[in-house]
Amino acid sequence: MKAAVLVFPGINRERDMARTLRLTSGREPAMVWHTEHDLPAGTDLVVVPGGFSYGDYLRCGAIAARSPVMDAVRKFAAGGGLVLGVCNGFQILCESGLLPGVLMRNENLRFICRDVFLKVERSDTPFTRGYNAGQVVRVPVAHGEGNYIADGETIARLEGDGRVIFRYCGPDGMIDPDWNHNGALNAIAGIVNDGGNVLGMMPHPENHVEADIGSTDGRGLFAGLAEALKKAA
Amino acid sequence: MKARVTVTLKSGVLDPQGKAIEGALRSLGIDGVAAVRQGKVFDIELDGGDRAKVEALLKQAADKLLANTVIENYHVEVLG
Repeated sequence: MKAAVLVFPGINRERDMARTLRLTSGREPAMVWHTEHDLPAGTDLVVVPGGFSYGDYLRCGAIAARSPVMDAVRKFAAGGGLVLGVCNGFQILCESGLLPGVLMRNENLRFICRDVFLKVERSDTPFTRGYNAGQVVRVPVAHGEGNYIADGETIARLEGDGRVIFRYCGPDGMIDPDWNHNGALNAIAGIVNDGGNVLGMMPHPENHVEADIGSTDGRGLFAGLAEALKKAA
Repeated sequence: MKARVTVTLKSGVLDPQGKAIEGALRSLGIDGVAAVRQGKVFDIELDGGDRAKVEALLKQAADKLLANTVIENYHVEVLG
C-alpha cells in the first residue's frame, strides 16, 4: 500500500490516520500538502482525513474541495484509484463532486462525539472486504455536520445500485431512528461513487484499530484495503 | 463596482439553524413569525465596470464556490 494522506489547513486527524495506515500496512504514508498539483508517484490510495479544514468556513469542506491537490485526486479517481474520505474528508469529497449529496447540520444541532454502531452493507468492495456483509462494527464519530442528504433521485440510485456501504444501526444491527444520531437520510453513514473506488464516511474507523483503545473494529477496513492493494500490485 | 450575492437554502431542504432561530424568536415574545430560513450574503467589490461581464463572473463564482447548488439557490445583484 502506497497511501497519500492529504493535509489541509485546519485538518487535525491526519496523524491518527497516518498512524493507522502504518500499523495496518507496515508502510509510512506520504503526507501531501493541499497546494501540491501532483500525488507522489506510485500512490495507490488517497486518504482525505478528518478535521476542520479552513475552520469549516463557507460550508464544511467547501474551500478544501477547491484546492489544487483535489484536481490531482479527481484525475486519480477517474483512473480507478482508491480514495477514502473520513468525516471532514467525506464532506470534502461531496463538495468536490466526487461523491453525490451533502452533509448537513446534525438534526439535533449538537456536535456529537461518541461511539456508534455501523452495519456493513457489503463486503465485496475493496474498502469492506475485511468485514462480512451485515456485520455490526463499533467506531467513533465526532461531527456537527454529518446529516447526509441528497435529492430523491440520487438516494434511489444509491440504494438501487447498492452504494450505501455503512448505515447507523443499533448494537444488534437493527436500523432504528433512535440509533441514527445525526438524522441522516436512510441512516446513511458511508457511500461509494458509481465506480465503487471512492468511499466517504462520517465515522472514524482509524481510531479503533488498537486493543489498548478498547476496540479494533476499524481495523478490518484498513487491513482489507492493504490486502486488496497487495493483490492488485 | 459593488455587488451582492445572496445564497439561500432550496425549499424542502431541512434548515435546523433556521428552526432554532425561529424558536428563539418565539421565546423572545416576537409574535407572528411563521418560519425562518437562514441564508448567506456576500458583498463583493469588483475591478471591472461592465455590468453584463460582472454578472456573468459572479454567477460563475456562485456556481463554483459560493453556493452548493445541490441544496442552495443564489441571487446575483449588481449594485453599481
